[in-house]
Amino acid sequence: MEFLFYFGDVFTPFNFMLLLIGTIGGLILGATPGLSPTMAVALLIPFTFKLDATQGLILLGAAYTSTVAGGAVSAILLKIPGAPANIATTLDGHTMAKNGQGARALQLSFISSAIGGVFGVLLLIFLTPVLAEWALAFGPSHLFWLAILGVTVIGSLDSSSVVKGLLSGCIGLWLATIGFDDVMGAQRFIFHSSVSGGINIIPALIGLFAIPQVITMFAKGRHQHDAEVLKVEKSPIMDSIREVFRRSRALSIGTLTGSFIGLIPGVGGQIAGLVAYDQARKTSPERKKFGTGHSEGVIAAESANNAMVGPSLVPLLTLSIPGSPTAAVLLGGLLIHGIFPGSDLFENYPDVAWTFINSMLIGQILMCVFGLYVAGLAARVAQVPNAVMAAVVLALAVFGSYSVQTSMGDVYIMAALGTGMYFLERFGFSAAPLVLGLILGPIAEANFVQGAMIANATSSMGTYFFTGVLNLTLIGIVVASIAYSVWMELRQRRYLSKEDTLEQQERTT
Amino acid sequence: MTDRPRTQHILASGLVALVGIWVAWLSFTGTPARAFLFPRIISVVFVALALWTFGKALLGKTRVGPGLSVIAVRNILPGIVVLLIYVFWAAPTLGFYTASTIAFFILLSFYDPAPHGEIRTWVKRVLITAGFLAVMYGLFALLLGVFTPREILF
Repeated sequence: MEFLFYFGDVFTPFNFMLLLIGTIGGLILGATPGLSPTMAVALLIPFTFKLDATQGLILLGAAYTSTVAGGAVSAILLKIPGAPANIATTLDGHTMAKNGQGARALQLSFISSAIGGVFGVLLLIFLTPVLAEWALAFGPSHLFWLAILGVTVIGSLDSSSVVKGLLSGCIGLWLATIGFDDVMGAQRFIFHSSVSGGINIIPALIGLFAIPQVITMFAKGRHQHDAEVLKVEKSPIMDSIREVFRRSRALSIGTLTGSFIGLIPGVGGQIAGLVAYDQARKTSPERKKFGTGHSEGVIAAESANNAMVGPSLVPLLTLSIPGSPTAAVLLGGLLIHGIFPGSDLFENYPDVAWTFINSMLIGQILMCVFGLYVAGLAARVAQVPNAVMAAVVLALAVFGSYSVQTSMGDVYIMAALGTGMYFLERFGFSAAPLVLGLILGPIAEANFVQGAMIANATSSMGTYFFTGVLNLTLIGIVVASIAYSVWMELRQRRYLSKEDTLEQQERTT
Repeated sequence: MTDRPRTQHILASGLVALVGIWVAWLSFTGTPARAFLFPRIISVVFVALALWTFGKALLGKTRVGPGLSVIAVRNILPGIVVLLIYVFWAAPTLGFYTASTIAFFILLSFYDPAPHGEIRTWVKRVLITAGFLAVMYGLFALLLGVFTPREILF
């Protein structure tokens, strides 16, 4: 119950103002198609430079929470998901809006988001200290395997091709070795003065997430969002609250599915929303209504994608392993404030950790309250033309990258990585495992080198890294996650080739 | 799958494989050897996965990623040129705010779907550019005091 001691810190005037700004700003950013939560949080990091660690994290945490929920606004009113996590919401939410129930769909979405979100943060509160205590037993070999696990799980689960996902992770790990070696002080892969100090994580994050999106907006040419914004009519809020609780089965399926999926590194909100929607549909006596503007669809999808937020931070705060790409950006935010999350975070920085977590809890409620008021405005923002959005994001990306170390070298790295990532993404490579490789690379290397030293003094490398229950369990999970992803990919390929054969048969007859 | 994406996949995965081989070569020839121990392990996995991907692309078995269409390349090329000039030349030479104003206005003018023959739409573009940069300057330079590349004008 230690978290209760730090509740007051959230309500200091400045911290609460930051929480409000983060929540409202996040709702608007989330409602803007093309601005994913990851990208929104990455672009907000420069705003935290002048703040202390707690204040910076309050702003970033509030933005993370409300961008996920804000994405429902454009999903419902425009049929354009604000973020991948809101894809499932479009299925019933937009149909509801077309049937003249836009306001009700938005209310259901924000209320169920808040309930799911609060449950997720409570899980974060009660699970994190237990895991953090358990993580104290981790030695260098375990931390090494844990870092590798983070890269491989995201590489295999977050990508459409397992091999390309793992390859992206490898590229990230290699990029992390650029610069000076920590032990010998030797230069490694320094082919330009911009990278002599290594690749700073913030410009890399901004480049890898924002620039491909900017170029994608260029690719659309002179296209403007031509989707019609559906009107938000009035709807009694009490009716919506009653409706959410009346649909408690969909709500609990969404909340539990989202929380569980959030704990698995790399799976993310998109899967949480879609799996919860699918499960709610399969178990509903009114399953035929799904897809025709059924409230259960919105409730399940939205409670799931916000329930995922809190648990996705559990591996980050306990083991320094970001559970999602947005958590990876938050890790970047922590690191620039000199805080290294891990087993001793709650011992060394209890004020920062607990105030941040508590602010996320309050943020969920604020998100619900403001969501209902900002929805109409956010829908208008969602219609900002691609040309304006691309120019704004590009300027913010240049500014954000420069301001980390006031170095143009960082801006060059941001632009080079971002442009390269756009082309790689066109060929099935994914930014998330690359970023994870870049973040976890130094952790993996430091523990590998430390482990190698211990092994030389005590036993052999093989014995030190490949024996022991914890090592074997972690290696087992690495292998199992890759094997599962390969199996899923083969299944999907078989399904696609069956479809191709059927198509060819149809053509010949 | 048409022939164009297959060729593109071969080129893209070939390029990644070449980078992998270059990284491996540097890792195994770099000294002192202890400093390159971790990069050597990574580069072996990197090369193995890159060659696997390249082999699959050669056999036409990769179906992941839409590749690049001629229309997309035509659309993105002006934007990328502006982006690169902005980042690598204009921002360090002219200063962040001047360079951003020029790049913002060019991108907005080029990609804006509104007609280019009307004065009204040009006034709108100028106002959006001025408004955005004014907010940026007010927020970052004046309020938060964050450093930006500054040379002329600001």
